[in-house]
Amino acid sequence: MSGDIIESIKENVIQGRVTRDDEGIDEGMVGQPGVTELIKEALASGVGVSDIINRGLTASMTVVGQKFENEEYYIPDMLASAEAVGAAMELLEPYMAQSGIKPKGKILIATVKGDLHDIGKNIVSILLRGTGYLVKDLGNDVETKDIVEAVREEKPDFLGLSALLTSTMVNMEATIKALAENGLRNKVKIIIGGAPVSEEYAESIGADGYGADGFHAISVIEALNSGDSVAS
Amino acid sequence: MPREGILVNNPLERLSGEQVRQIHDASIEILNDPGLLCFNKKAAEIFQSHGAEVTSVSDSDTPCWHVRIPERLVTDALDSAPKTVTLGARNPDNALIMKGDEPRVFFITGSETNTWLDVDFPTYVNKSDPRKEIKVPEFQPRRSTVADLCDSAHVCEHLETVDGYIRTVNIQDKDINEDNKDVNKFFACLNNTTKHVMSGLTSLNQLDNVVKMAELVAGGPDKLKENPLISFITCLVKSPLQFVDDTTETFMEVCKRGLPIVVSSSPQAGTSAPIKEAGIMAQINAEVLAGLTLGQLVNRGTPVLYGSVPVRARMDTLGDSYGSIETSQYNIDCVQMARFYKIPNYSTSGVCDTKMPGQQSSIERLFSDIVVTLSGPQFLHCAFGLLDGNSVFCLLQAVLDDAHFQMIKFFLKSPRINEQELDTVKKQIKEVVATPQKMFINYIRPVMRSGEISPPYPFEGDGDSDSVFALANERLQELRARPVEHIDPDTTARIFREIPGLLPRLNVYKGER
Repeated sequence: MSGDIIESIKENVIQGRVTRDDEGIDEGMVGQPGVTELIKEALASGVGVSDIINRGLTASMTVVGQKFENEEYYIPDMLASAEAVGAAMELLEPYMAQSGIKPKGKILIATVKGDLHDIGKNIVSILLRGTGYLVKDLGNDVETKDIVEAVREEKPDFLGLSALLTSTMVNMEATIKALAENGLRNKVKIIIGGAPVSEEYAESIGADGYGADGFHAISVIEALNSGDSVAS
Repeated sequence: MPREGILVNNPLERLSGEQVRQIHDASIEILNDPGLLCFNKKAAEIFQSHGAEVTSVSDSDTPCWHVRIPERLVTDALDSAPKTVTLGARNPDNALIMKGDEPRVFFITGSETNTWLDVDFPTYVNKSDPRKEIKVPEFQPRRSTVADLCDSAHVCEHLETVDGYIRTVNIQDKDINEDNKDVNKFFACLNNTTKHVMSGLTSLNQLDNVVKMAELVAGGPDKLKENPLISFITCLVKSPLQFVDDTTETFMEVCKRGLPIVVSSSPQAGTSAPIKEAGIMAQINAEVLAGLTLGQLVNRGTPVLYGSVPVRARMDTLGDSYGSIETSQYNIDCVQMARFYKIPNYSTSGVCDTKMPGQQSSIERLFSDIVVTLSGPQFLHCAFGLLDGNSVFCLLQAVLDDAHFQMIKFFLKSPRINEQELDTVKKQIKEVVATPQKMFINYIRPVMRSGEISPPYPFEGDGDSDSVFALANERLQELRARPVEHIDPDTTARIFREIPGLLPRLNVYKGER
């Protein structure tokens, strides 16, 4: 039973199906349980959280990664699978502590003040959730003081800042300065991303890392999380 | 099922209905006054016997007649010329059905060039920093051979957007002469592509051998009529307004055999036609109508294509400027004239002025390929691989052109907008705006796999350097490595037994039987 349902979870992550309404890739899947329904069923049946995560979610994302490498999958497929894993992790979160499982880390993410563009930030959020991070999305056009307050309250491991405009990217620097003024700068790793910014800019404003795209952002965070250098 | 081509909805038109009518009227007037000079006696006699005013030109060095073609003959010819022309193929799935009133475009190669460009990628080292190396494409011109023609036909067989094949190179081997060129040219093409084959004829005395070869491939004379897997192109009217003796003779002989033929005219605005658009249009239209009329007088109902290869003169050399914008304008005008007559049109695009593949070549050819395709000619002789006007051929360029036409074909897909589609997307929009992330990415996936999303440019590199030529060359080598379906061994043996002049080295089964 446990094996069957974990296999089903794995298959549905690979198909990128969050709920029974999702199409997936193969035909005729609409109406069959998706990852959300399967996780609930697994938990109700007493399947171990670590089994679900390790043999179901992590194993399936390995397959998805291979398919992406082989150009069988494209970024929308990766995102769909990551979204399915993110939905699963949300359901599993209340059970993780009692199972002795810790999330990889906690991340706050925001598009800075004055900027309404959030596609990149949303993609990074989905990918981070799919990789096993707890993500709190603060939204877009977020006031600097609100970001500072959220860092103080949530105590995240990472803060992701996004901007698309040359006129708003300066608010990344303002945010970092405000965190420093509030004694919070050394309590959180900061990575930035967005079309107008660069590795050099990240360095110049005192960020810890720069993500050129969603996948690069994940690898930078993973490197920071393991204590490795993020130098590219 | 024949090839689909690409149907152009709402074809691009430059001329108003009134302008089309004005050009037609001017052409009819030109055919009567000044009329044409005819250097072919039989043609002059045919015109005369059908009521045209024909007079001998006494002050000409060679026998010549002045022919005034009355409107009645032209109108009759336009009535009897088939409005649908089928160009068959060795593989019937590659047949092309061209309807004069339907702007369905088929992309075909050609013309015949004397120079073949080889490409190599030598490595260059930076003098100031020898650790830095780059590979740069180098193009080497040489005389083209029959092996090149086989190579070209083979690759074009596998180029997805090539619908038919006009020989791309002139065969200039030492053992090729005027008497064996046609049979070897047609055999090299027919044996290496299963698509339709069109060519000009070098020697009229080889016409019967070529037709017999086609009959053997098709399975007999009747089968060839049903499935005309070869066709011909002749430029019987030399601009301005002169029936040339030998090509007119060839044209009439092909018409007698009922095989499809292009009545082609190629005036150059500025030298052999007026520089003004109205002038070259009235003249080229008159020249094509003259040829078309002769064809119908020789064999009523013979399938003809309205062939237009107008070009503007370069102001610096007075050579052809195929890359000029006006050349595309004239071609589009001709497409409209042919559609007015409901005769399938043979049009031209993609010929560039530069000698090497590169930016100028890409810009010139892509511009004309797009705009002329949009006008909806049926037979678009779109110069796959041609450079320097009509004198150089490069297979690498043909592979690049294939990518251009994939883009053009995708662009011409019909809009997918209907009530059902709108209902679906309205539901998607409602669903997505209710989510926190407000992204439609999930809906990409089924569309992505349905072929509704255009593929990326196939020769896109890593973004840091331009690797288009290198990637196109990889694709070329991959196409060369694919097998091609040759004519079967028994038919090949019969062809080599019954058709004189074929080079033994073209027999792919040599030694097997």
